[in-house]
Amino acid sequence: MQKLDINKKLDVKEILNDLEHYVPKRRGWVWREKSDKQVYGPFTYSDMSTPLKNYIAGPASQYFNNIDPQPNNTITTEIASGRFEDDIRRMRMAAWHGADHIMVIRTAGQSHFDGLIEGTPQGIGGIPISRKQVRAHRKALDLIEEEVGRPINYHSYVSGVAGPDVAVMLAEEGVNGAHQDPQYNVLYRNINMVRSFVDAAESKKVMAWADMVQIDGAHNANATAREAWKVMPELMVQHGINALYSHKVGMPKANISLSTVPPTSTPAPCMKLDLPYAVALRELFDEYKMRAQMNTKYITSSSREATVTHVMNMLISRMTSADIQSTITPDEGRNVPWHMYNIEACETAKQTLTGLDGLMEMVELKSEGYLREQARELKERAVLYIEEILENGGYFNAVEKGFFVDSGMYPERNGDGIGRKIDAGVGAGSVYERAADYFAPVTAHYGHNNVAQYDEAAEKDPARLIDGCTFEKPEKIIFIDELDETDNVNKRLEETEKYRGEHGESPFVKPEVQWLGDGVVTVDLVIPLAARPSQYAALEFAKKMNLKDAEVIHVEALHPSEGTRIQVKGVLDMDLDMRTVEIPPEPEVMSDDEIRALIEAHPVKIVAGTVGQDEHSVGLREVIDIKHGGIEKYGMEVEYLGTSVPVEKLVDAAIELNANVILASTIISHDDVHYKNMKRIHEYAVEKGVRDKFIICAGGTQVTPEIARENGMDEGFGRYDRGVNVATFIVKKAKALRGE
Amino acid sequence: MKGFLKREDDFQQRRVHLADLTDEQLKERFWNLLEEVVDPLLDLAKTHTSPAVERSVLLRMGFSSLEAQPLVDGAIDRGLIGHGAGHVVYKVAQAKNLDIRTAGLELIEGKHWDDAVTMFKGGVK
Repeated sequence: MQKLDINKKLDVKEILNDLEHYVPKRRGWVWREKSDKQVYGPFTYSDMSTPLKNYIAGPASQYFNNIDPQPNNTITTEIASGRFEDDIRRMRMAAWHGADHIMVIRTAGQSHFDGLIEGTPQGIGGIPISRKQVRAHRKALDLIEEEVGRPINYHSYVSGVAGPDVAVMLAEEGVNGAHQDPQYNVLYRNINMVRSFVDAAESKKVMAWADMVQIDGAHNANATAREAWKVMPELMVQHGINALYSHKVGMPKANISLSTVPPTSTPAPCMKLDLPYAVALRELFDEYKMRAQMNTKYITSSSREATVTHVMNMLISRMTSADIQSTITPDEGRNVPWHMYNIEACETAKQTLTGLDGLMEMVELKSEGYLREQARELKERAVLYIEEILENGGYFNAVEKGFFVDSGMYPERNGDGIGRKIDAGVGAGSVYERAADYFAPVTAHYGHNNVAQYDEAAEKDPARLIDGCTFEKPEKIIFIDELDETDNVNKRLEETEKYRGEHGESPFVKPEVQWLGDGVVTVDLVIPLAARPSQYAALEFAKKMNLKDAEVIHVEALHPSEGTRIQVKGVLDMDLDMRTVEIPPEPEVMSDDEIRALIEAHPVKIVAGTVGQDEHSVGLREVIDIKHGGIEKYGMEVEYLGTSVPVEKLVDAAIELNANVILASTIISHDDVHYKNMKRIHEYAVEKGVRDKFIICAGGTQVTPEIARENGMDEGFGRYDRGVNVATFIVKKAKALRGE
Repeated sequence: MKGFLKREDDFQQRRVHLADLTDEQLKERFWNLLEEVVDPLLDLAKTHTSPAVERSVLLRMGFSSLEAQPLVDGAIDRGLIGHGAGHVVYKVAQAKNLDIRTAGLELIEGKHWDDAVTMFKGGVK
């Protein structure tokens, strides 16, 4: 496969073909570059990067010539389906929506696997990071980045008891970034602390060779602590330990990124807590990069609330800095993220960062008062924390004494931290002192290495003694395809073959949320009952809708007794043969010149207005106004009567002005009033004996052509129709009426 | 409970020696203290190794993950891990005039270990 075809699905089988010989295109992280020319459409920006070649812009871009400004922050999407073959398709979708940092979550339990996992077993909440899966992903991304026209960073995890093994494999496979933080192993995975720090040095050395960006694990303290905002002093210490450890191993500061989360969320006054923290952190770590993570600690099943939290988190990103803006899917609080929420999260980030473009050219953070005092206090608390670590004999002793993830705001201590023993945990007792003749003939090895005993000249390049290691000679890498006969991608592809087809194309489709053919759908219901009975009612309705395995995923009271909003998911266990589905042809659109010529020869006069009690005017004005590319530009004369125009007035005006066309806009669809209005226009024109004299059309976001025609209109125009669609119809219909 | 320290917030008393530092001095102190925390950890990593570190060396030497494991286990079982698992393979390859991969695969088959033990314990340089 040389290139992707935009109009074709990515063929996973083709990605897997000849994978054993695939060599990644490049190595190392690529940052977005701030564009010299900050222009998109009619606007000049301050904080944007270069445009994409192919993209899908946010919905409102339709009003802005489909521009899609790309903020200069790297945007992350986190993918966790557990099936790498389905992740590939999601990566492609996310890239079109602006993601250039693809973080594939690792399967639960891999941290304790002492060695590399091989093959393509299915994971839980992520994929097992194996060479085959990583290589397939990087190969796909090498194609996807060509398609969208921007380098894409692929990211994985270097943690657990096989950190150095994984680091080497990721370096060999051209992976661009990774989480690496020995404290994560110690605190959250109960891996022995001595082992973790010994392994981490080797891992970091390898990552530095591969020019990978490292992200730390400090944000986990935030997600774990009982009251997340109280760990702020500790977070700075955790960031500091990992950052300095990494830098001293040999990683450039510019490749070391702190994973930082605004610790609180509404209803807390989160700006008052989160902003001073963000400022303090960036002041202490001004030479390092910031990966702004969104808050996950207080995420619930409300995707709306999560989205608002994330927007506020990004306000902090804009007011301080975010080299990488991570996105958390707004459905993370209720299921393993689904395709569409990855896209929503990317769009939320893009929309917010674009909307806040140039903010700090207009406002500045105060250099005195509350913000400064709070920031200073946090820094002092962090310094006191380190002082006490040293007083207690250093890091290992501090961990033993339960310093970390204590729920007190340091120096307050609640005695509930996560304590670990120096001689306990997974991998305890597995660290060995190096002998004087210790030797490792490889590149990017950390620490004592007695190369000189064999060749003093090779000290700078120990791999020379074996004629190059895999880093210099990738052909030395041994590729293992599959080890498990039942749990592998080939079996999974066979199971979904019906929907996958020979080359990624099949006539059969099924709705999906994360895996091809999973059949999962969601239904939104409002049940006019209290919360608890509503949930059970909703499940019964789901059964009646033939949804299998129905589950309530969100409950929100509208009132204690009046009503409850319920979201249900379930499996729609049926598929569709697209060969049996009738798809009307796309409406034909005439060229501007053709329309102008016809209007010049046969002038058209139009009466237009929004009917009924409807105050909306944007849509109709877009269709009419010359400045929005509306029908005026073709030379049609338009008499715009405004909003809330009575139906009778619209028709009477058309008669009086001797018009040819009536355009009625109707946005409000409550109680089907939009269709009732169409019918009344038609009937009133018939009553007046003028129906044949006029071309009558209706438009609005909820209008479909079929139902407009059923209600007496000559044509209906929906949310995606523009001036050119309306103009095309008018000139064609006029031509037909003239008998031409 | 775990018996960890409980303490009221005594920030105001504790901060006295920091109060007069400028922001710049405070930052310097932050990083200097951290250096004292991480330096012993770095020294530990310089002078020690682990099965994962050794496997990662063997991977770079051109062995698969399935091959690296028994080589590391073999070196641990015979008390050779402190010399480096990759070193064992290297030294056997040199002594037996084999290429690195062949030496490693033969070690996995159980060959040459006694010689390796002799070579390292015998102080062969």
